[in-house]
Order: sequence, then C-alpha cells, then structure tokens
Amino acid sequence: MIRTELLSVHYGALTAVRNASFYVIKGKIAAIVGPSGCGKSSFLSAINRMTDLTPAARITGQIFVDGTDVHSSHQDAAELRRSVGMIFQKPNPFPMSIRRNIQLALKEHGTRRRTDLDTTTERVLQDVGLWDEVKDRLDSSAMELSGGQQQRLCIARAIALQPQVLLMDEPCSALDPIASAKVESLIESLRGRYTIVIVTHNLAQARRIADQVSVFWVRDGAGEIIEQGPTMDVFSNASNHTAAAYLAGVKG
Amino acid sequence: MFDSVNASAIKERVACFVVWLGAAAILCVLMWIVFDILMKGASQLSINFLLNAPEDAGRSGGIGTIIVSTLMILAVTITAAVPLALASAIALSEDAKSGPGLSGFVRRSLDVLAAVPSIVFGLFGNAFFCITLGMGYSILSGGLTLACMALPILIRTTEQAIRAVPSEYRHAAAALGLSRSTALFRVILPSAMPGIGAGLVLGIGRALAETAALIFTAGYVTRMPESLSDSGRSLSVHIYDMAMNVPGGNSRAYATATVLVGLLLFINAAALATTRYAGNRGSSHVMSGAIR
Repeated sequence: MIRTELLSVHYGALTAVRNASFYVIKGKIAAIVGPSGCGKSSFLSAINRMTDLTPAARITGQIFVDGTDVHSSHQDAAELRRSVGMIFQKPNPFPMSIRRNIQLALKEHGTRRRTDLDTTTERVLQDVGLWDEVKDRLDSSAMELSGGQQQRLCIARAIALQPQVLLMDEPCSALDPIASAKVESLIESLRGRYTIVIVTHNLAQARRIADQVSVFWVRDGAGEIIEQGPTMDVFSNASNHTAAAYLAGVKG
Repeated sequence: MFDSVNASAIKERVACFVVWLGAAAILCVLMWIVFDILMKGASQLSINFLLNAPEDAGRSGGIGTIIVSTLMILAVTITAAVPLALASAIALSEDAKSGPGLSGFVRRSLDVLAAVPSIVFGLFGNAFFCITLGMGYSILSGGLTLACMALPILIRTTEQAIRAVPSEYRHAAAALGLSRSTALFRVILPSAMPGIGAGLVLGIGRALAETAALIFTAGYVTRMPESLSDSGRSLSVHIYDMAMNVPGGNSRAYATATVLVGLLLFINAAALATTRYAGNRGSSHVMSGAIR
C-alpha cells in the first residue's frame, strides 16, 4: 500500500532522513519509533507531501501510495492528501463549529447535498465515539471540546474524506492518559479499514497497537531506519544492537 | 549583610515607584485632555448643535453638516482602503516566499509612507486627485487622500494579524486537501478578524484626526454636501478653523472636539465588542483546549 525506496528528506544542507526504505500493506498499522530528532516526522510528512509547505525541503528517492508515485509531477498534492489523511501531535480543529469542521473539506471535495453532509458527519462522529458526546452541540465551537475530544474530531474530519491511509504524528502525546487511551483504542478500531502509519514516542503503545515497527536512529547526522519488521520480532529479537537496547529501554 | 539586603530592597522600591510614576503621568495627560475638552465643551452640546448647520462662520448654529461630511469622507476612505489593504496584506503574508525581494521592497515603501507628514499627503492629494484627476475640492478627493494615508498602518496590522494565525490551521487545511483560497477565506481570514478589526480602528482613528491633508483636498465649505463631488468640512478641520481663524470660536471648537472624541470612543468600543464576539466564536479558546 505504501512503499518508499531510498527516501531522503533534506532541509537545505541538512539531511533529516537518509535512504529510508519502508513498506506497509493495506489495512495494517505501522509504528515508527525512535528518539527525538531522528527524522520520524519528516519521513511521515514526505508521504503526503506536507514537506511541500516547507520551502527548503527537498525529497530524493521514491514514495508509492497504492502504486502511484507521490512525488511525480502529475500527482496533484490536494488530491493525494485527500486519500492520505494526517493527524497531528497537537489537536488542530479549525476555530469554527464541530459541524463545519467536518463539512468544510467535504464541501470542497464536491459533496453538496445537505443530507449527505449530515449523514457523513454523524457516521464519522459515531466512528470516533464522539457522537453521543456532541450530538446536541454540533453548532458550537470545536474549541470548547477537551483536548482528547478535539483529537478525535480531527480523526473524524480526516476519515470523512474516505482516505485510504492515515498518517499520525504522535497523536496521543499532547493528551492526558485517559484521553490518550481513548484515542489509542480508536486507532485500534480503525485497523483493517485504513492503512495507518503512526509515529510514537511511546514504545508500549507501539507494542500494543502496531502490526509492524520501524526504528529510526540518527547515524552520521541523519535519521535512518536501523531495524524493522513484525512487532513481536522487532521487540523480542532485534538484530541491530542499538535498536535492541532502545526497545529494551536501556538506550534512547 | 543586612545593609545590602536593605539597599536592594530600597532600589526595588524606587524602581517600582518610577515605573508607576511613568504610567500615572501618561494617564494624567489623557485625563487632562479629556476633562479639559469636556469642561469647556460639554455645556455647549445640544440636539440642535448636533443637527443644525453652522451659522455666522460657526459662532452659532451647529455642526450637523460637518458631522455628515466627516462620515462621508470616512466612508470613502474605508471603501477605498480596506479592499486594497486586505489584498496587499494577503500578498505580503502568504506569498512571501515567491518573491522575497519584491515583498521586502513593498514593506520598506510602506514604512516610508507611514512616516510621511500629513501635509505632504495633502499636497499630493491636491495635485493628484483634485487637479490631475479633476475631482476638485471634494469629499471624494479628501476620502481618497485619507485612504492613502491610512493604507500603511492598515496593511501592516492586517499582515501581522494574518501571520499571527497559528500555523496548525494552515497545516490542517493542507492535510485535508483544501485549496489555498479555501484555506485563506474560510479558515485563516476569519481567525485573523479580531486583529484586522483592531487595525481598522487604528486606521479610522488616524483618518478622523486628520486636518492638514483635508484642508487641501476636501476643502472647508460648511454647506450640507449633496454628493461625493461636493466640498465638505470635517470635524477636525472645523476645530482648527474655530480655534485659529474665527475670533470668539473657541467654545465652539471645544464643543466640536467633544463630539470628535465621543465618536472615536464609540468606534473603539464598537470595534472591541465586535472583536470580543468574533473571539468568542473561536480563536480565544485555542490555548485552553489542548491542555484539558
């Protein structure tokens, strides 16, 4: 579903990610772990071309989503991001009503009928377990929701566009433990319906929810993938010493 | 040991006193001006003063026609300046990366323009709007000249308001595949509204206070203006005329100043209320949400 080949991300003279080759099949959850500043987020944002927003960013290597080369010249970035949703570390709902948060992008992408919009809104809010909490105040500001609710709203907003892939950049790290647990079980419930790539600092979380794990590490000033494979294999017998030490909690 | 502690405590107190003295002095100046104007002007105020046309060069009668002229000039200024300011501010804040040379040059020009004395704007307005474009001494000429004057401050404050919108919103919009114009008009500009409103108030304040630029462009005829191409006298020009040119006009100048200050306070309060309302609908909760 997603495949990268010798993917590197540069910012000016700086290299954030070097030669990352990665693969995840449809419907699986892939966790990306590693210490801060090892290029995890850069790797993630190259996949839906959010790196385009940083003028100095430059990509080499190839990324395929569903067989299409993401960085080829005739791939439209907006079209790509519609099928590859992204969830950020800090919940970022728009400062408008809950309803409009979900419907703004739907309208932009061609859903016009009021009933269709409202049906989708209800469906995605049900999916993220937010419907019962907000159904009576769909028209009040999303900013009045708690952090955990905001993050679930952001996930609802993303899946309303029926993406194939969800990229999550430490979606739980700005939340308290209870909210974090809710979002985590939500992510698990999405398994099979979306291909999910999740960056996390939380090794226990990666172990709980991921089907496969990639360990990023800084080598010679740039982030590289030093270990990857099925979650159990990586955690129980990583072949790379650094990765093994990191996953055992001895290093990092 | 004790002495040094004492000495630093005293230093602390003195510093505190000086800082507060400065703040109090500023407040006193403002209070003095307002009280002075109110004491000498408020007694003259009446419904007739607000509604009637000036008589006997302004010594008697009212300022009704002058209030109308002022509001018309202001309307021209806002109509001309706001769309221009919005467009330039969006260009400066959103497209900075496509042409850093150009936007840097535009910014430098705006700073120079903001520092140009108003009398120079008046002469320019007279030469360009009144003579070259053939508008003559008119409310249109005056309003457009004031628009030129208010533009730098409007553009800079609007640009800052747009830049102050959290980049999370831009990222969220991009990640949802929204086009740049949708992101701009549906997400970014609404969030920047309070700041843009504040800039507008500053701009209007500058326009209302302006005298020199208007004498040369809008003129000082006290008749009721019938259209935008008529000459009209603004409140500030009237104050200047009453105080400087008309013997025995002083009390009328104070009364007019009371109205002008009242108008400014009203516009400020209205803008504040609008900003609060807009803020409540969104951006003010940005910080509180993420922590809970």
